[in-house]
This record gives sequence, structure tokens and C-alpha cells, in this order.
Amino acid sequence: MKYLRALWIPFQILTYVLMLIALYAIFIYAPVEKTMGVVQKIFYIHVPAAFLAYLAFFITFIASILYLYFRDSKWDTVAYCAVETGVIFCSIVLITGPIWAKPVWNVWWTWDPRLTTTLILWFTYVAYLMLRRAVKDNRRANFAAAFGIIGFINVPITFFSIRLWRTIHPVIITSRGLNMSDPMKLSLIITFIAFCFLYCSVLISRIKLEQSKMRIAEINGIMDDMYFNKIA
Amino acid sequence: MKFVHKLGVIIWKDFISEFRTKEMILSMCLFSFLVLIIFNFAFGLSSNLDRGMIAGILWVAFVFSGLTGLGRSFSMEHDRGTLPGLILCPVSPWTIFLAKLIGVFLFTTVMEIFTIFLFSVLYNTSVLPFLSPLGLITFLGTLGFTAIGTIFSAISATAKARNVLLSILFFPISVPVIIAAVKATDLILNGKSFQMIFPWLKILIAFDLIFLLVSYLTFEYIMEE
Amino acid sequence: MPRSKRKQSGVLPQLNSEHYIEARGLTKKFGYKTALRDVDIYLKEGDSLALFGPNGAGKSTMIQVLGSLMQPTSGRVRIAGYETRRDRQALRQIIGLIGHQTFLYPQLTAYENLKFYGAMYNVSRVNDRISEVLDIVALSDYRNDAVENFSRGMQQRLSIGRAIIHDPSIMFLDEPFTGLDQQSREDFIKLILQFRDQGKTVIMASHHLHLGLELCNQAAILKTGKIVYQSEVDRIPESDFQQIYEQQIGEKVLPLKVA
Repeated sequence: MKYLRALWIPFQILTYVLMLIALYAIFIYAPVEKTMGVVQKIFYIHVPAAFLAYLAFFITFIASILYLYFRDSKWDTVAYCAVETGVIFCSIVLITGPIWAKPVWNVWWTWDPRLTTTLILWFTYVAYLMLRRAVKDNRRANFAAAFGIIGFINVPITFFSIRLWRTIHPVIITSRGLNMSDPMKLSLIITFIAFCFLYCSVLISRIKLEQSKMRIAEINGIMDDMYFNKIA
Repeated sequence: MKFVHKLGVIIWKDFISEFRTKEMILSMCLFSFLVLIIFNFAFGLSSNLDRGMIAGILWVAFVFSGLTGLGRSFSMEHDRGTLPGLILCPVSPWTIFLAKLIGVFLFTTVMEIFTIFLFSVLYNTSVLPFLSPLGLITFLGTLGFTAIGTIFSAISATAKARNVLLSILFFPISVPVIIAAVKATDLILNGKSFQMIFPWLKILIAFDLIFLLVSYLTFEYIMEE
Repeated sequence: MPRSKRKQSGVLPQLNSEHYIEARGLTKKFGYKTALRDVDIYLKEGDSLALFGPNGAGKSTMIQVLGSLMQPTSGRVRIAGYETRRDRQALRQIIGLIGHQTFLYPQLTAYENLKFYGAMYNVSRVNDRISEVLDIVALSDYRNDAVENFSRGMQQRLSIGRAIIHDPSIMFLDEPFTGLDQQSREDFIKLILQFRDQGKTVIMASHHLHLGLELCNQAAILKTGKIVYQSEVDRIPESDFQQIYEQQIGEKVLPLKVA
């Protein structure tokens, strides 16, 4: 365990470095796309963020199952922090998407299956956060874990149902695929890796923060006990 | 089979309680009546209805008033302090879940029949030619949303702001059911072939099975403290 | 608290199999408030334990955890060979719990309430048993009246009926005398003595020192979640016990007059 602790600071430094490289890649290295122009560069942020949002909620799914199985509150903390960070990245997706869409397709929003599923995903995990706020201690972790499992299982079903729905209403916009030149592909890979590191850094920081908060509350609880009961 | 017997007893208990007060069924039916009326004002609908809207209106009425019934399912037990009494009994949590589900499902079905009838009257549209396919879709869709509604009712019964929480938890998860049920109902009422309806049917059945399974696995954790 | 003690899962405390009711290291926390700390209880079959303590000491919590309504945060409980984490359904079959809440359904009649619980507890020949129970709690005349029309005392009596309908071998009583009038209280005392004669194990939380010591053969004083004193009732005269109680708790004990 101590080795992992020692690696934390180098890991964060590495994250900073990678993000700087990614910024360079996005703004300087990657060529400007012919038809869409500069706005296409949002793509380098949008795609990794989307992947990481889904990954975050997958982490929540697994952590929820592990919590219910092992009853270790550590897993509940992981699930909770993964949801918070996931909601942030999901918000990034939902904001960068329309920013890209407006100049390129001339609409802010489409009811495209992927975008809509991501929106529902966002709602689901905001609901998870509301659930945690509304329920008190002992039951909270259990309920949140159950909802984390239900929410994630719902994602593929939602996606398929929306996709089926969309085939009946013809879509203005067809595929999102781009023909990417090699520098673009490389930029995407660099950004992708940088964002993965960023996500891990953010998640681990958040978990450490949450654990510190819990420790402080625990100590406060003990001190309250001692004060009121004069227990040595 | 002890399990079936206990299931029946819990359902019987809920039915008698409801029968004596008629609280749930009355409020559900009144609410769906209200929804039908409001749709008229909101969308400026005339008595000759735009065919495309029927399915949507029906399902909005079903789901929203279904939610009022679902909310009561566990919150009543919690308010009267009988929930610990139920937990104390040697019965598996899933039996409690199923009993509550069946109870709410039946009440919701009564409300839906009433709603369809009322709808036919208010909007001069008959659904009789389509009764059996409509019945099937309504059955599967209702089963889906009452299943997840029951889980969330148990979760939100002990929370603050329980009705709001129930709605917030419910809607993102119920999206597939609502899409599939509305679409399928729409196709049925427009006389489309079974071939076209089938994919939606598959989604509804998949949803129902998956969430019944998930409830089986997780409900015991929801019941304990 | 050292880091090693923070881990909740891990090695469970050892249990000695000869005890009927056994709790080791029982801890129950609500968030960071500790209701029970590291409580140990050992009872043989047929024992009866009186739990005393001021409000907020954790008596109700202890009864609820032992009675399987709640799970302990840490520690281990074994009752009649059943572990409370694993064998919950089997355990609940042999437990009866009477508490502040009556667990009765207001719109249902006395008969229907008992029929419900009878069925849930796998009681055979339910109708006969219901009549029997209604006799015991003196509510036969009110068999077909809705519980919402009962007085508090009547509801409490019916709740007693609900708790005994399946003839459990272990009774948990959480301040059961509140809300009972004089006659009902006497009847219930007789009932508890009957439980003792039948060899049932009883755990009773009460404010009434005298009654508790009369009815039980073990006594414990709970203060802020810890057992601060425990003894067999026969070993110590009541006035001494009263003194110890006042010393530990710092409250004067109110005498209870039972005619």
C-alpha cells in the first residue's frame, strides 16, 4: 500500500504533463478540419469525456455490487465518488455536444440515440445524488447501491429503445464518423490518454477527500460522545 | 406452497385495507380524469382527436396517476408503523415485494380501464376494435413501470420529500417502458401489423424480466436497516 | 481510534456454543452516533433479562438489534443457534416482539390482524389459535371491530396477542407496560410469569426497577450504549440494586406501586 501512496504525487504530475501535451495537440498540432473548421476540435474533448462518463458509471455499477456483497463502506465511497465525477464528465459531454452541433448541423440538439441516452444517463445519476441527500445514514448506502445497479442496467435497454424509436422518425443528421487524417488520429489518442489520467486523478482525489470527510465526522462523533458521557 | 400462501395473505391484507378506505383507487382515478381534461386545454384538442396523440395521452395519464398509487404502496406502511411488523415476519423480502407489486398492479389496471373508458367518452374515440393487443401492451407496460415504481416506493418511503424523490428516481429509469408502450399503443391504434409491433413487445418483455430479476437480487438490501 | 479497529468486516468474535442467546462485541451506529458500544450478552434458555437504563441509553436499539429488526454495525449475535446475519427467516419464526409501536393495521379488525400475522408466522389451525389469543388478552368481544376504533390500551393488548400468536420461544419486550391500565398490567404480568413457566427466554427493557427485578432472573444496566452493571437478580437485594442504579445513572428511581 505504501508504494501506491508514494506514487500518487508523481501520478498527478504526470497527469498535468499529459494534459499540457493534450492541449498542445488539440490547438497546435492537430490540423483544422476542412468542412467544419476550428469547432471540430471540441471533438477531442467530447469523445474522451463521453467514454469516461460511461466508464465512471460502470465503476459505480461494479462498486455497488461489491458494496452489497462485502458490506465494506469503502465500496460505497467509491460508488459515490464515481457518480459525482461521472456527472461532471457527462455534463461536459452534454455541453460540448451542442456547442459543436450548432455551427456544424445548425441545431443545438437532436434526439439522436447516443445523445439522448447520455442525457437520460445524466438524469439517472443526478437522481442518484438526490437519493443520497434525501436518505439518512444507515440505509443510504444500501439504497444508493441498489439504484446504482438499476441505473446502469437500464442504460443498454434505454439505448436500444431510443434507437428503435429513432428509426421510425427519420433523422436529419446521419453518421458522426469523420475521415480522420493521421495527425488527427494521433491527437485523439493523446487526448484520450490524457483524459483518462485526468479522470483517475480526479476520482482518486475525490475519494481521498470523501474519506477525510468521513474520518473527521467520525472523530467529531467520538469527541461528542466523550464530551457528553465523559467516557475515557 | 408457503410462499404463495404468504404472498396471497399480504395481498389480501392490502386489498381489505384499500377496500375499507378506497383512498388509493379514488385518487388514482380522479387524477387520471384530471390529466385527460388538462390535455384538452394544454393542446387545444377538439373532440375529433389527432390520431397520433391518443397513445401519448393515455400513457401519460396511466403513468402519472400510477405514480400516486405507487407512492402509497410503502409509504402507508411506513407512516402507520407497520413496516417493522412486516419485516419481523419470517417472510422473504422478495415475497413482500411481489405482494406489493401485484397489489399496485391490480389497482393501476382498474384505474387504466377506467381511464380508457373515460377517454373514449371525452374524445369520442373508441378503442374497442383493438382491445386485446391494447390489453397486452398495457399489461406489459404497466408491469414494467409498477415493478420499478415499487422498488423506488420502498426506497423513498423512509426519505424526506418522498413524493419528489420517487418521481426523480422513477422517470429516468422508466424511459424505455414509456417509449415502447407509447409507440406500440400508437401502432396498435392505427391498425398496424403485428410485425411492426413486435420489436417494441420485445423491449417491454426484456425490461419486465430484467427488472423483476434485479428486484429479486436487491430487494433484501432495501428492506434491511 | 487506531486504524486497525476501523475495519468493520474481518474476523468475527468467537462465540461459545452453549449459550442460547449470545451477543459479542455488539455495536450499532447511526451515522457517527453510537447507540450500542461493544455489548456482550450471554443468556441460557429460559433466562429472563431485565434491561434498565435512562432514556437514550440504547435499550430499544438493543431489543431491535437482537430481535432482528436491525442489523448490527459490527459484532455478532447468535440466537438459538441461528446467526442473525444468515438465518433471519428461521430466527424470526421463534421471536415475538412487543414494543412502542403496535404493528397493527388500523382498518382491519382484531380478527383480521391476527389472521394476517397468524398466516405470516405459519400458524396451523389459525382460527382456533386466534380465539385462544383473544381470550388471553381479553379482547374476544372486540373480535370484529376495526383496530382504529380501539383505545390505546386495547391496541397494546392486541399487539401482545399479535406477538404471541405463533408461540415464540423468545420474547422481546420494549417497555411493554406503557399504555396499559391497572388491570391489563396485572394480566400482562401474569402472562410474563407464564412465559417464564413455559421456559421461554425473555428480554425486557423497562423503567420499572421493581417490576423488572420481580419478573426476571438477570438484570443489566445500560448507560450510553454500554452495559455498566450486570448481575443475577437473586444475588443482590433490591435496595442494593436500586442504590447501584442511582449511582450509575445519577437519577433517582421512582417507586412503582403494584396493587
